[in-house]
Amino acid sequence: MTVRVQRDDFDPGAELDALLAGRKDIGGVVSFVGLVRDFSDDRNVGALTLEHYPGMTEKALAAIEAEALSRFDIQASLIVHRHGRMEPGERIVLVITASAHRGEAFRASEFLIDWLKTRAPFWKSEDTPEGPQWVEARAVDDAATERWS
Amino acid sequence: MKLLYFAWVRERTGVHEETWSLPEGVTTVRGLIGALSERSPGFAHAFADLKQIRAAVNQETAKLDDPVSDADEVAFFPPMTGG
Repeated sequence: MTVRVQRDDFDPGAELDALLAGRKDIGGVVSFVGLVRDFSDDRNVGALTLEHYPGMTEKALAAIEAEALSRFDIQASLIVHRHGRMEPGERIVLVITASAHRGEAFRASEFLIDWLKTRAPFWKSEDTPEGPQWVEARAVDDAATERWS
Repeated sequence: MKLLYFAWVRERTGVHEETWSLPEGVTTVRGLIGALSERSPGFAHAFADLKQIRAAVNQETAKLDDPVSDADEVAFFPPMTGG
């Protein structure tokens, strides 16, 4: 059960191997990787910059992970979230959930990503042809968070 | 108290982090926003639409009517866009 906030990229395969090293109690593992797209709604995006709230970010991620542990029967989990400037195609976030059975791992993964969208103190700014633009919170993400309540 | 501003709230206020004295009689997040809004046109612009403002007190998400004291760390920012 680990959370990390970092500027550098991560290696999903290496993170998966490290999380599962020596484990014999896990039957299924789900990994989710969020990436920078080169488009957003109706505009082209050159790069994405993520600002965050150092201190609160780590606490919020740990609280989100603890919530997932209380709701789902998962044996191991990892959240890695990057900040700073990223080009299209780069990895932003990694969520790994592992369980004895796949169902709980799938559900916990979806829950974690839904909550990260609206409850982790990150703010995205996109480079567009008209200059940098703050990404607005999306109603669809709020709805995705709410369906778990 | 310590005040922090993020994303477009930071851009509009022109401040990322500062130490400020909580004015006499201000006891809630809402009251603090009111006092900050009077500091400059930039602050007034940042806090013009309360529906777009979120706050944290001591790094925990807070509501507008939650209490604040001069010993607190209070942050203001737009709705979060993580993930």
